[in-house]
Amino acid sequence: MNNELNYLLGQVAKGRVSRRTFMGRAGALGMSAAMANTMFANSAAAQTPVRGGLLRAGLQGGESTNTLDPALAASEVPFTVNMTWGETLVEVDAEGNIGMRIAEEMSSTPDAKSWTFKIRSGVEFHNGKTVTADDVLATLQRHTDENSQSGALGIVQGIETMEVNGDSITLNLHTANADLPYLMADYHLMIQPNGGKDDPAAGIGTGAYKVVVNEPGVRHGFERNPNYWDNDRGYADQVEILVINDNTARVAALQSGQVHMINRLDPKIIDLLKRDPNVSIQNVPGRGHYVFIMMVDTAPFDNRDLRMALKYAINRQEMVDKILGGYGTVGNDFPINSAYPLFDSSIEQREYDPEKAAFHYKASGHDGSPIILRTAGGAFPGAVEAAQLFQQSAQAAGVPLEVKREPDDGYWSNVWNVQPFCASYWGGRPVQDQMYSTAYLSTAEWNDTRFKNEQFDNLLLAARAELNQDVRKQMYSDMAHILRDEGGLINPMFNDFVDATSNNLGGWTKDPNGEQMNGLALQKCWLNA
Amino acid sequence: MVHPIIRLVVQRIALGLLLLLAVSILIFGGTQLLPGDVAQAILGQSATQQALANLREQMGLNDPALVRYWNWLWGILHGDLGTALTNGHDIATDLGKRFANTLFLAFWAAAISVPLAIILGLVAARYAGRWPDKLISGITLATISLPEFVVGYIAMYLLAVKFRLLPSVSMIFDGMTLGAKLHAIMLPVLVLVLVVLAHMMRMTRAAILNVMQSAYVETAELKGISPGRVIWRHALPNAIAPVVNVVMLNLAYLVVGVVVVEVVFVYPGMGQYLVDHVAKRDLPVVQACGMVFAAVYIGLNILADVISILANPRLRHPK
Repeated sequence: MNNELNYLLGQVAKGRVSRRTFMGRAGALGMSAAMANTMFANSAAAQTPVRGGLLRAGLQGGESTNTLDPALAASEVPFTVNMTWGETLVEVDAEGNIGMRIAEEMSSTPDAKSWTFKIRSGVEFHNGKTVTADDVLATLQRHTDENSQSGALGIVQGIETMEVNGDSITLNLHTANADLPYLMADYHLMIQPNGGKDDPAAGIGTGAYKVVVNEPGVRHGFERNPNYWDNDRGYADQVEILVINDNTARVAALQSGQVHMINRLDPKIIDLLKRDPNVSIQNVPGRGHYVFIMMVDTAPFDNRDLRMALKYAINRQEMVDKILGGYGTVGNDFPINSAYPLFDSSIEQREYDPEKAAFHYKASGHDGSPIILRTAGGAFPGAVEAAQLFQQSAQAAGVPLEVKREPDDGYWSNVWNVQPFCASYWGGRPVQDQMYSTAYLSTAEWNDTRFKNEQFDNLLLAARAELNQDVRKQMYSDMAHILRDEGGLINPMFNDFVDATSNNLGGWTKDPNGEQMNGLALQKCWLNA
Repeated sequence: MVHPIIRLVVQRIALGLLLLLAVSILIFGGTQLLPGDVAQAILGQSATQQALANLREQMGLNDPALVRYWNWLWGILHGDLGTALTNGHDIATDLGKRFANTLFLAFWAAAISVPLAIILGLVAARYAGRWPDKLISGITLATISLPEFVVGYIAMYLLAVKFRLLPSVSMIFDGMTLGAKLHAIMLPVLVLVLVVLAHMMRMTRAAILNVMQSAYVETAELKGISPGRVIWRHALPNAIAPVVNVVMLNLAYLVVGVVVVEVVFVYPGMGQYLVDHVAKRDLPVVQACGMVFAAVYIGLNILADVISILANPRLRHPK
């Protein structure tokens, strides 16, 4: 963005420039009207940041068993903690574009098989060491090692060789991947000094805040990194994350002013909390979805008609209304929604249709014995109730469903990916390729529906190498159709991320990538005096 | 010749230690019965046979159970509780901090509730059947009848959210002044006091009323001593044994049974620590917590026994 435009946006933020003036000037600078309009709105909404103070978040999703090793981060608190002290090469911004962080430039060969990242100069780790391309290389190496147990292992396995060239690092891939920058934004891949090989859990990175207190499962305290390179982040002097796993306690902490932001608001209480004048609800449609999964290689779910019967027997709108309290959107039996780039919105929405369900059920020739659906309170919030709603809507179509409640403890090891039909959830991924590669490719480790379709696999691999976005979009649309009609995924709903903030907080913006502005709220927000 | 009372006390303590040993066998045996072993718990789904074998060798899991039990017990006796599987921290250090927090909360709850319960019990006994008795009994029975998290949420709603008098998050940490810590834990202390009050109060009242039936109290009354003095000088010392037992039971509850209150008020105590590690199958931590809880429980009960023995004049002055 050029300087003139930056200056203009600053004037808008200060209220000195009208929309008409801004649009005229922006047009003169060669900007389209629609884009200028969005920029005006964004900028006008932003207030002037206030520096200083102690900013506190009360978050669910932390345990005393957490560590600062970014390779092992799996739940919400470690994620946010790592985002606060660490940084990745690049990031995915709220519009789904790639933003530059430790890398300041990137480029690829035309076949998308080789990617080069130029490291931003003068960025310092918290221990005073300057970031080099070798640190980046060591970081990626550490995550490639099976012993690191990294959550990003699947991502870095696609890299065949890496080479450092001065202040640049080049990644050569096994197969072409047009989405590689999105993979490098993965939250496990925090750049650490010598890749964290010496002490993976030291909590030393390049982020806006330094770790001061690390009491896993209790609280994490940080102070501002005075040498941070980006002036537009890190307004508060200190930030603190309190681990508050109890829903009621979290809301009470926000209402009583002890914290300024909380995550995972229970949809049941949103309407009640709206009455509090000191609190704002912040919801944003995300990519996460609550699902029921059938293994297509196991009887009776190996019968396509039976799968179709179940897909028609679920009332998606009712689920969104009752389970998500309206804070979500209906799913369409594939894992992608409009929050993804290259989403095809013209795919027909599947509706609740008892007649079609009955038709397919009859065609399946099922013996009439109850179909067992396993669920647990921990599968997703409201999973037991959702299964019961499913049972009732299926019953109305003559499809016999039996809900079996399983204990939360061990659900992810004994039921999910083991039993043929159960409730589950997916957190979503930044791009379609990553979502499909994680769970729907024939060879995917987490292929929890056992979906194996050659045509689908070929399309996925071809789309990965395709740099023409129109062709790519068509490929993803074809894949969505295949999965929707053949797959074992029943996707009734995409859930919103629902956070809440106190009204003295400034700078909150919507980010569909994750809760708490994708973990960056503590850096991008400030306390109004 | 050894004084019989010393013999009795030593006997009690020896019995307690024996019990603790039995508990350690139960805890160790129980965790051995769980499916899978520690190596599988650490490596999870990605475990390969080779990695499992290496780790088992490294951790000495191939030794017979008896040897492993002995090594574990020997470690505990030397203050070595092992390392946590999930984050590699030394258990004794982590657990020590949490245990200190739990004791801190329990201490202040006890410091308020025990004297208060005994005084209220005495007042209720003094005015038995009259309005002060009924009022005290009614209120305390009402608070004990509600589950502790309900009491907690009500207190939180009124005192933290509605009137903003007290913090709803009772997080304490090193570096806070005592005053700040006390301010932070006021709500959980209040809830715990309300929860344990009734039990001790009712027991005090019942024990005193029981003693009040006896002949020597009648004599004291006939001598013209005031009712308050009769209770204080003659009834209370003889009612100590049952009261102490109930007090100790409640103290034990304050240490080992407050998981729910800790969760509601986000208090970094031992209960929350245990729950986190149970969820992750971190067996060494679970075993260590089990031993600490058992030791506290048994220790307080020994203390109660000893005090009861000492409070009994027939044992104190044998013929």
